[in-house]
Amino acid sequence: MTVRATAPSSTTAPIVATAPVGGVSATPAAGTRSYRRRRLRNVVRAWQLYVLLTPALLYFVVFKFWPMYGVQIAFRNFNPVDGFLDSPWVGAAHFERFFNSFQFQDLVENTALLAITNLVVAFPVPIILALLVNQLTSMRFKQFTQTVLYAPTFISTVIVVGMAFVLLSPRSGLINHLLVLTGSDPIFFMAEPEWFRPVYVGTTVWQESGFNMVVYLAALAGIDPNLHEAAKIDGASALQRIRHIDLPGIMPVVSILFILAVGNLLNVGFEKALLLQTPLNVSESQIIQTYVYQTGLQEAQFSYSAAIGLFNSVLNLALLLTFNWVARRFKQNAVI
Amino acid sequence: MTSTVASPAPDGTTGQRRPFANRVPDRAFNVLSVVTLSIAALAILYPLYFIVIASVSDPGAVVGGRVWLLPQGFTLDGYERILGDAAIWRGFANSVLYTTVATAISVSLTLAGGYVLSRRDLPGRRTITFFLVITLFFDGGIIPRYLVVQDLGMLNTMWAVVLPGAVAIWNLIIARSFFEMTLPDELREAAQLDGAGDFRFFFTMAVPLAKSLIILLTMIYTVWNWNAFFEALIYLNDPDKYPLQLVLRNILIQSDIASTGNLTGDLESYAETQRIGELIKYGMIVFSTLPLLAAVPFLQKRFQKGALLGAVKN
Repeated sequence: MTVRATAPSSTTAPIVATAPVGGVSATPAAGTRSYRRRRLRNVVRAWQLYVLLTPALLYFVVFKFWPMYGVQIAFRNFNPVDGFLDSPWVGAAHFERFFNSFQFQDLVENTALLAITNLVVAFPVPIILALLVNQLTSMRFKQFTQTVLYAPTFISTVIVVGMAFVLLSPRSGLINHLLVLTGSDPIFFMAEPEWFRPVYVGTTVWQESGFNMVVYLAALAGIDPNLHEAAKIDGASALQRIRHIDLPGIMPVVSILFILAVGNLLNVGFEKALLLQTPLNVSESQIIQTYVYQTGLQEAQFSYSAAIGLFNSVLNLALLLTFNWVARRFKQNAVI
Repeated sequence: MTSTVASPAPDGTTGQRRPFANRVPDRAFNVLSVVTLSIAALAILYPLYFIVIASVSDPGAVVGGRVWLLPQGFTLDGYERILGDAAIWRGFANSVLYTTVATAISVSLTLAGGYVLSRRDLPGRRTITFFLVITLFFDGGIIPRYLVVQDLGMLNTMWAVVLPGAVAIWNLIIARSFFEMTLPDELREAAQLDGAGDFRFFFTMAVPLAKSLIILLTMIYTVWNWNAFFEALIYLNDPDKYPLQLVLRNILIQSDIASTGNLTGDLESYAETQRIGELIKYGMIVFSTLPLLAAVPFLQKRFQKGALLGAVKN
């Protein structure tokens, strides 16, 4: 009450008006210095936001960027006492050793063959499934197939591989019983190297198609139904509508998922390769990543295995950037 | 209506020339797609069903290939052994513990991080996002990460299982998109005018309004953590700390490698252990998968929403 009484009535209004706006309105007059000061003030004002973000950032720094920094042990002879930074520098020695080792060619071949087979076979399946499900007229059957095909998403890789081992068992497995019924000999799926890739890709299709199918269905749901209605009136058949409406409609999503799949080509499914690996199929199932696991964690050759891992990561990045570039050239959605 | 179709369907002319010709191929196509999808559904369902009936059948009938549609010689021996096994229950308890702790940490970090990154007025937002996205494309690798975990003194502790995969960048993107779409700037500005700081706004407005996001993230991380095995494999060496998935791997996969390798050995002495072993394997798959699969119809809708939210960003 007293404050209001002492202040001249004519000035109260402008003071109230300028108080909150003052900081902003002062800037145009001053140059970059005050811009910088204003920016700093914005940063300070947002301190609570930074506090909220800190735990997540800390996670990325510790478990993502620190290992990236530590990847330099690929160029050093790592020993635990000296750590990442002080272990003796050896340059490209580990890479040379790897490139000249007798496993090199096999590893690269196995990795490339597995990755490419997996991509070529498993990538189109969810697209086809989504296009078929999308055309279904019965809502109940649509819901049923979606739920069933999606279910394996929730089954762990360990279980899927465990199921493969049980069902493909030469003596007691379901598949071999079927084979025997049809008059052929049982197949030792897990012991014969040439069966490693088919089993790997087959389990991928079984386990992962449903998830990507749902992503494509979401994209299909975004297509204007009027297009289909109009095309029907013009006499377009179901296949024609898929070809000219649905496919172009989901192409951006296809392109993004394809680039991401390529970018992960050499990483994805390493856990499954490890699980499917048996002493008998190792000649085909040993890929770069499982070899890193074996030399690094089982034989404790940290620097050598880190070098092999780095080789894999760089190859991966190169693939990703190449396909991203290709996607841009063809005017499809690129990831970066 | 007709004007919109002209551009996306350049083949419209061929269709117009034979307006009734599409009827028959359409029906054929419909039948074909129903058949294809039925086969696909069967390919998912039958192996699962077979495992369930095999887990309660006489092992002899399973090995002899006499189990196809119904259990033969009903027995619960397998489940009795599974439920009476200390290692399996310990693995189960460990999995519950790790999954609960990991999910609580992951959801909190993702929620707070996603909210902050959704704020367009955050100074440095682009730079921070850029650095986070880098991790999508380049990875230090298993070995450097192992050494970091070792340096932190986490080897053979729960934290080595719980922390290294705490935040998935896709989930962060999902959370960010959710807040960007559901929290209008005006709401925050109004709260600010009323004197609420960012903490207060986040905890009293953003979090309560993000219930569906929290449920979604909890489900994603729960399934993920429950199914994870690789961290446990490389960071834990004390079998008492193994989660269920690692116990499963040792029973389901490792033992079968041994039997595959030993097929030339003396079958007689293995016969009984093999019989029971098979039963236990089928039972273990059911025991560890059924809880999640039973929840599928409930989980599915939310997961699909998540797939949508993730796609919206792109």
